[in-house]
Amino acid sequence: MSEELYKEMAQCIIDGDSDISAELARKSIELNMHPLDAITKGFVIGVNYIGDQFGKGEAFLPELVMAGEAMKAAVAVLEPELLKLGEAREMMGKVVLATVEGDIHEIGKTLVGTMLSASGFEVVDLGVDQPADKIIGKALEIDAQIIGMSALLTTTMVRQREVIEELDKEGLRPRIKVMVGGAPITRDWVEKIKADGYSEDAIGAVKIAKDLVGKGDQ
Amino acid sequence: MPREGLMSQKNIKTISNPKLKLEVLTKEDVQKIHNATLQIIEKVGVRFPSKRALEIWEAVGAEVDHEKKIVRVKPQIIEDAIKKAPPAYKLAARDPQQDLQLDGNHVNLGTDGCGVEVIDINTGEKRTSCLQDVRDIARIADATEEVAFHWVAVSAQDAPVEARGLHELKAVWESSTKHVQTESIYNVEEAKAAIEMAALLAGGKDKLKDRPVLSLMQCTAPPLGHDGGSLDAALLAAEVGIPTGFMTMAACATTGPTTMAGNLAVGNAEVITATALLQIAFPGAPVFYAAAQTASDLKTGAYTGGGPEDFLFGAATNVLADFYNIPLSMGAFATGAKEPNWQAGLEGAMSSFMASVVMSDMLLGCGFLHGSRIWSYAEMMMDCEIFSIVHKMMQGIEVNDETLAMDSIANVGPGGHYLAQKHTRKHMRELFMPQFMDRRPYSEWETKKDDARDWALSKARKTLKEHQPDPLDEKIGQEMDRIIKSVEK
Ligand code: B12
Repeated sequence: MSEELYKEMAQCIIDGDSDISAELARKSIELNMHPLDAITKGFVIGVNYIGDQFGKGEAFLPELVMAGEAMKAAVAVLEPELLKLGEAREMMGKVVLATVEGDIHEIGKTLVGTMLSASGFEVVDLGVDQPADKIIGKALEIDAQIIGMSALLTTTMVRQREVIEELDKEGLRPRIKVMVGGAPITRDWVEKIKADGYSEDAIGAVKIAKDLVGKGDQ
Repeated sequence: MPREGLMSQKNIKTISNPKLKLEVLTKEDVQKIHNATLQIIEKVGVRFPSKRALEIWEAVGAEVDHEKKIVRVKPQIIEDAIKKAPPAYKLAARDPQQDLQLDGNHVNLGTDGCGVEVIDINTGEKRTSCLQDVRDIARIADATEEVAFHWVAVSAQDAPVEARGLHELKAVWESSTKHVQTESIYNVEEAKAAIEMAALLAGGKDKLKDRPVLSLMQCTAPPLGHDGGSLDAALLAAEVGIPTGFMTMAACATTGPTTMAGNLAVGNAEVITATALLQIAFPGAPVFYAAAQTASDLKTGAYTGGGPEDFLFGAATNVLADFYNIPLSMGAFATGAKEPNWQAGLEGAMSSFMASVVMSDMLLGCGFLHGSRIWSYAEMMMDCEIFSIVHKMMQGIEVNDETLAMDSIANVGPGGHYLAQKHTRKHMRELFMPQFMDRRPYSEWETKKDDARDWALSKARKTLKEHQPDPLDEKIGQEMDRIIKSVEK
C-alpha cells in the first residue's frame, strides 16, 4: 500500500505536478504515514531522479524547476505535521539570496535559488534590487549560514563589497559566509572583496554552498 | 548603378535600396500578434515602477495599481499614442556629414555595448575593461566605414560608479565624430548630465531636437515590466527630443513564453507600452523599437544570444516595428562563442543577414564574444566584414543591357576568357573583395598558418596606431568635464 503511494509521490514530482503532490501529501497524513517517510521515501526519490536526468542532459531546466515547485507544495503540507511531532527535516543549510540594490537582473539568481532548494538548502529569495540592510537583516532573522548575492552590472557589483564590509564591521563573519555571482564577477573581484565563494553557474553555486557549510562531500 | 555612391555618407557604409525580400510574418500574423499584445496590456498589465510614469498613465485614464505599480491600458489609448510617433528622423553626428537617416531605407551598423572584459589588443590577455578601452574602440570604429554609430562598447570600470556613463560618453565623443547611442545611462542624475553634454555639441538644449547627437537605449524588464531608473531617464531624454528606444530581451522559456509568437507578444507589450508612455508625455518625440529576443538554453537557462530563434526574431521584430511605423534597433551578432570561431562567424552572419534583409534601421552590434560580455578587436573587424558581405548581398542582382554583357559575350564567344574584356575592367570592382577570407594557395597557408583572426587583429592594431579623428573642441571638452564633476560625489 505505502509502496504504491511512494511511487505515486515520486512520479508526481517527476511530472512537476504541484496539485497532485499536495494532494498525496494530505493523503499520507490521513493514512498516518510518518511525514519524514513521505518525504524521503516518496517525494525526494522523484527529485533525485529528475536531478539525475538533468545531470545526464536528458531532463531540462523547466522540468527541474517544476519538480522543485511540486516538492515545495508537498513539504508545505507536511511541515506542520513534522512540527507537531517535534521533528524537522534535515536541511543542508539556510541561504538568503538577492540581486543587489540598483540591479534588476533576476533569472540567474532565481536559478541559483532553485538549484540550492533542490539540493536540500532552505532558501529565502528576497528578489531583485535589494539594499544591504535588508539582505543582512533577513540573514540574521532566519539565522542563515550563507548570503548569496547576484550582480550583473559593473555599477552594482560594488554593492557586494558593501554588504561584506558591513558584515565585517558587525563581526558577523565568518558566522555568515558570502557567495557572489553574475556577469561581471571575476575571480579577481572575488578575491578583492574577500567573498567566501563564487560560481559562474547554478550547479557550481550548489557545490560552493555545500563547501561553505562544511558538507562538500554530500 | 552607383546607388551606393548616391547614398553613402562620409566614411560610412549603410545598406539601402534593398533588392532582397523575406516574408517572415504574414499580415494576418502581425495582426494576431498586435491583438494579443493589446489584450496583454489591457488584461494582464505591465509594471511601471516610476512615480512619474504612473502619473502619466493615470492622467490618460489607464487603470493603475499603485501598490504593485502595474498599469492596464485600453487598446485605444495605446493605438492613439503610437500614431504620434514620427516614422522617420535622423541621428545627428558631431560631423554633420555623418548624420544617419532612420527612414526605413538604411541599415546602420553600431558597435555592441557595455562589455565587462576586453581581449587586450596588444597582449591578447583577457582583462577588466577600462576608460581607455572605450576610447580605443571608438577611435577604431571611427575609422571603419562599416560602423555608422557607437554604443559605448565596454564599461569604464576605472571611472567612478555614479558618473561612469558620462565618462564613457565623453570618451566616445573625443574619439569619434560619429553618432553616439548609449545604453549605460539609466538614472535621472546621469541622464540630466548627459543631456547637458549633448547640448554642448548641438549648440544648446533647444537645438537637440534638430541635432540629436546622442540617443538613448533602455532595456525593458521582461516579463512585462520596466526599470524605474530607465523610465525616468527615457522621459527626460524624450522631453528634449533625444531619440529614445526601449529594448526587450525576453528570452523563450525564462523571461518569456517558450513559443516564439508568445515571446514576440510579451516583448511587444513591453516596448509598445513604453513607447506609448513617451508619446503621451511628449507627442511626436522621436522613439524607436529595440529588441534582442532569444531562446534560453534549456540546460543552463543562459541567455543564448545566437541560434535559429535569434535569427528569426531578428527578421520578425522589424515587421512589428514597421507595423507601428517606427524605426527599429535590432540586436544581431550575438554569440556565446568564447573566441572568434566557427560559432561566432555563423551566428554573426545569420543574425545580421536576417535583421538586414528586412531593413532594421539600426543593427547592433559588432565586437562581442561570450554573450555580450567580452570585447574582441578581431571579432569587431570580422563582424564588420560580415556586414560588408550582407551589404553586398542586399544589392541583389541587377539585370539590364549593361549587366547582361551581351557585347562581351559575343566578343569572347565559346571558349576563351573574359579577363581581357573592357566590360570586365569596367565592372570588376563590383565583385566583393574580402579582407579576411583565405583564398591563398595551400602551401602559403602551410608556411604561415595564419587566418582571418590574425589579419583582423592586425588591421585593428594598424588603425589604432594611425587613425586620428577630428578632435573634440577643447572648450566643449572642459565644459563636459565640469558637468561630469558635478555628478561625482
Ligand atoms: C537578460 C539580460 C537583461 C534582462 C534581465 C531580465 C530579467 N528579468 O532577469 C534585462 C532586459 C532586464 C536587462 C536589463 C539591463 N541590462 Co542586462 N543583460 C541581460 C543578459 C543578456 C543575460 C542575463 C541573464 O539573464 N543570463 C541568464 C542567467 C541564467 O545567467 P546569469 O544571470 O549570468 O546567472 C548565472 C551566473 O552568473 C551565476 N550567478 C548569478 N547570480 C549568482 C549569485 C550567486 C550567489 C552565485 C554563486 C552565482 C550566481 O549563476 C547563474 C545561473 O547559471 C546579460 C549578458 C549576459 N550574457 O550575462 C546582460 C547584461 C548583464 N546587461 C547589461 C546592461 C548594461 C543592462 C542595462 C543597464 C541596460 C539598460 N540600459 O537598460 C539594464 C539594467 C537595468 C538595471 N537597473 O538592472 C550588461 C551589464 C554590463 C555592464 N556594463 O554593466 C550586460 C553584461 C550585457 C551588455 N553587455 O550590455 N538585462
